[in-house]
Amino acid sequence: MTHWIDIAALDAIPQRGARVIKTGLGCVAVFRTGADEVFALDNACPHKAGPLAEGIVHGKAVTCPLHNWVISLETGQAQGADEGQVATYPARVEAGRVLLDATFLRARAVA
Amino acid sequence: MTKKLIIIGAGMASGRVLEHLTDQAPGAYDITLFNAEPRGNYNRIMLSPVLSGEKTYDEIVTHDHAWYADARVTCRFGERIAQIDRTAKTVTAENGDVLAYDKLLIGTGSNPFMIPLPGHDLQGVIAYRDLEDTQDMMAMGPDNKVVVIGGGLLGLEAAAGMAARGADVTVVHIMGHLMERQLDEAAAYLLRKALVDKGITVRCSANSKEVLGRDGHVRALLLDDGTELPCDLLVMAVGIRPNTALAQDAGLAVGRGIHVDDQMITSDPDVLAVGECIEHDGAIFGLVAPLYDQAKVAAQTLLGSSGRFVQKELSTKLKVTGCDLFSAGDFADAEGREDIVFRDPARGVYRRLVIENNTVIGAVMYGDTADSNWFFGLIRDKTDISEMRETLIFGPAFQGGSPQDPLAAVAALPRDAEICGCNGICKGQIEDAIAAGATDLGAVRATSKASGSCGTCTGLVEQVLAVTLGDDFVMPAAASVCGCTDMTHEDLRRMIKSQRLTSMPAVWQECGWKTSCGCHICRPALNFYLLADWPLEYRDDPQSRFINERKHANIQKDGTFSVVPRMWGGITTPDELRAIADAADKYAVPTVKVTGGQRIDLLGVRGEDLPDIWADLNAAGMVSGHAYSKGLRTVKTCVGTDHCRFGTQDSTGLGIKLEKTLWGSWTPHKLKLAVSGCPRNCAEATCKDIGVVCVDSGFQISIGGAAGMDVRETTLLCQVATEEETIDVVKAVTQLYRENAKYLDRIYKWMNKVGIDWIISRVVEDAAERAALVERFEVSQSIYRKDPWAEHATERAETYRPVADLSLEAAE
Repeated sequence: MTHWIDIAALDAIPQRGARVIKTGLGCVAVFRTGADEVFALDNACPHKAGPLAEGIVHGKAVTCPLHNWVISLETGQAQGADEGQVATYPARVEAGRVLLDATFLRARAVA
Repeated sequence: MTKKLIIIGAGMASGRVLEHLTDQAPGAYDITLFNAEPRGNYNRIMLSPVLSGEKTYDEIVTHDHAWYADARVTCRFGERIAQIDRTAKTVTAENGDVLAYDKLLIGTGSNPFMIPLPGHDLQGVIAYRDLEDTQDMMAMGPDNKVVVIGGGLLGLEAAAGMAARGADVTVVHIMGHLMERQLDEAAAYLLRKALVDKGITVRCSANSKEVLGRDGHVRALLLDDGTELPCDLLVMAVGIRPNTALAQDAGLAVGRGIHVDDQMITSDPDVLAVGECIEHDGAIFGLVAPLYDQAKVAAQTLLGSSGRFVQKELSTKLKVTGCDLFSAGDFADAEGREDIVFRDPARGVYRRLVIENNTVIGAVMYGDTADSNWFFGLIRDKTDISEMRETLIFGPAFQGGSPQDPLAAVAALPRDAEICGCNGICKGQIEDAIAAGATDLGAVRATSKASGSCGTCTGLVEQVLAVTLGDDFVMPAAASVCGCTDMTHEDLRRMIKSQRLTSMPAVWQECGWKTSCGCHICRPALNFYLLADWPLEYRDDPQSRFINERKHANIQKDGTFSVVPRMWGGITTPDELRAIADAADKYAVPTVKVTGGQRIDLLGVRGEDLPDIWADLNAAGMVSGHAYSKGLRTVKTCVGTDHCRFGTQDSTGLGIKLEKTLWGSWTPHKLKLAVSGCPRNCAEATCKDIGVVCVDSGFQISIGGAAGMDVRETTLLCQVATEEETIDVVKAVTQLYRENAKYLDRIYKWMNKVGIDWIISRVVEDAAERAALVERFEVSQSIYRKDPWAEHATERAETYRPVADLSLEAAE
């Protein structure tokens, strides 16, 4: 069952940027693309746990600020020759607000 | 007895209902039509061609008196309905007449939204909705100034219409680009360019604050940045709201609009509603296609058959002559989508398709919309496009052709486009040289001087050769910036300068970018090139910067940051040291280190503490040391004549002056300076990007040192007599480097490409050129010579913190 919770105004996240959400088990990064899509991923690169929220967002990908791994925002999968994946969480925009699925976030806390 | 149908509102939707009724079952109803406007139905979406003079009002009337008479519709135009009594099934007209109905159809349309700015009720402040508004706008001519608030479909049509009549029109739009709901940045850039060509001034990201008046009439619009835009007429075209007042008073279910079901029936089974006043399944409607669908269903319902209204994909076209744009479907808000982008700079064409599950779900086109119906069909029918994916973007006529031409951007340049900036050589002169027999780079250089000086335009000259000679010229392979483009850094810099490209969408379009918005490699380079070349026009884009420059601190391997306050010339005071120590204690800084550039580095600061620690350091008089930037880092000094037995000049004082002049400037790579007070060179000036060594007779300035991955000694640029001249030469050489070098080339790499002689000829030998470089440097510094820490600590602190804290939520 999905349980959407209101996180913040879309405008609180810059276009082609990200903000961080604190959870009981580390941070989730919420990204906003140039086309105003939002994506939520664990804020840790599969390589050396770099803070993805600080990376450069381009198309539907983010480049990790530590060693330039490119991570797909849609799948969490590392692109190109690199191998690894970060967890993604359902996120959407409704009436200018960013919503996240709390059920998913809780499942993460249990896992 | 014939049943009575009363229709409220003679608009495009109710007009279409009337047509269906009279076509299919003339006489089924005794119809009375009320309209608040003193006229019948006209094609409201054609008001824009009336405004621009391409059509007359008579041409857009859809139903004239004769038509209503033939259809035996009783018309009561210019009369409002005061009240609906659903129990008695009557309506009351303004003059008190009470009329009974069997069926009631509400088509009250929408009201334009007027922004409640102070002064919005002054005379000369209008919406763009009906014929009266249009007539007010048609009265504007060459002597009039007009401001239009709203850069959406309606606002732009109003602006273009009045501009066509010669009025001086300014469009004020609150968002960053025009028609942001239908267009992406690239298409909006092309649209803006076309409007500017029509003489319309466009101001985006502009917030209206107040309408200023004189004698009860509008005089100007005041923006929140203090700009006053004088105007004789102010048009607000910022959107519409369903007109639901009458329905609400009658107790019908109303949300944003009047609620209707799939049969167009409201919460009362005898009352129907159509058009812009309704809300169906959460949506409201502003475009004409769904209104016609609704009208068809409403007529079926009234005639007892069962139609069903289904919301469909919508497309938008702008009715402005010469601005060919089309947008349809959805290009946001879901996972699993891919873009296909095509740009043809020569024809000003941009196309973008959004693909999901092998179907096209969204399309934006500018410049060539001939295939738009085909693409719209693909969207509407959810056609599987996997078979034609490779050539899809080229449209229906194109199957199995060649890929995009990497030379298209250069081929598109006009003959007067400057290619070689050093020698002022245009594309046409190069073409002439080629026509006169110069068929390779050396010959072009020898006969036209193009690329004969600094050489950074070599790539472009070669492309002109390739375009002109075709297969007779073999292009040397050169590395492009990244996968988004075939251009080299040098090509890009020349294009930005010679074509006056002042925004990222402009570069993406005119240089034929293959992605929608670049990548982590090209965007930081572009951001630097644009701000270096157009410091006043271009606004720095933090989202195109590496994290260190976006957050003004150096990211460490654990995601914490280092903080380095500036110490001018390496000089500090006991008070500053105390403040640094206090900050280190307060924010539990794990490591405090002295750097090679004579600064103190606080390592391990948490990202969310940055604004606070900056505020503390600011309060003690310190500013950002820019220890993270591709820009001026430090000016290292020795103590010079202040204390040293051997010092020949005040090296510390000169270092401080240089640092206070240069700080905040962005450069292609980091820029480190040093000033030594004598040739013993204790400040190690001869391995810096720019080094000054003081001697008895003056100052030796040398450039191009390095002490990193490469180790190099500097090369002498010149010796000058005074501190003032030293500062001018340093500013000039820095500016020359900023304007010409490839992003991420240190000075020594740039110097190896262009040659020290070329730099000397500009900065040392040509006094006028040096002065011009200094002046351009100062213009840029008027924007960038300020403390980013202070700005971020006071205005942007919130962005450093988590946007939400769910740690309690998740623990539940």
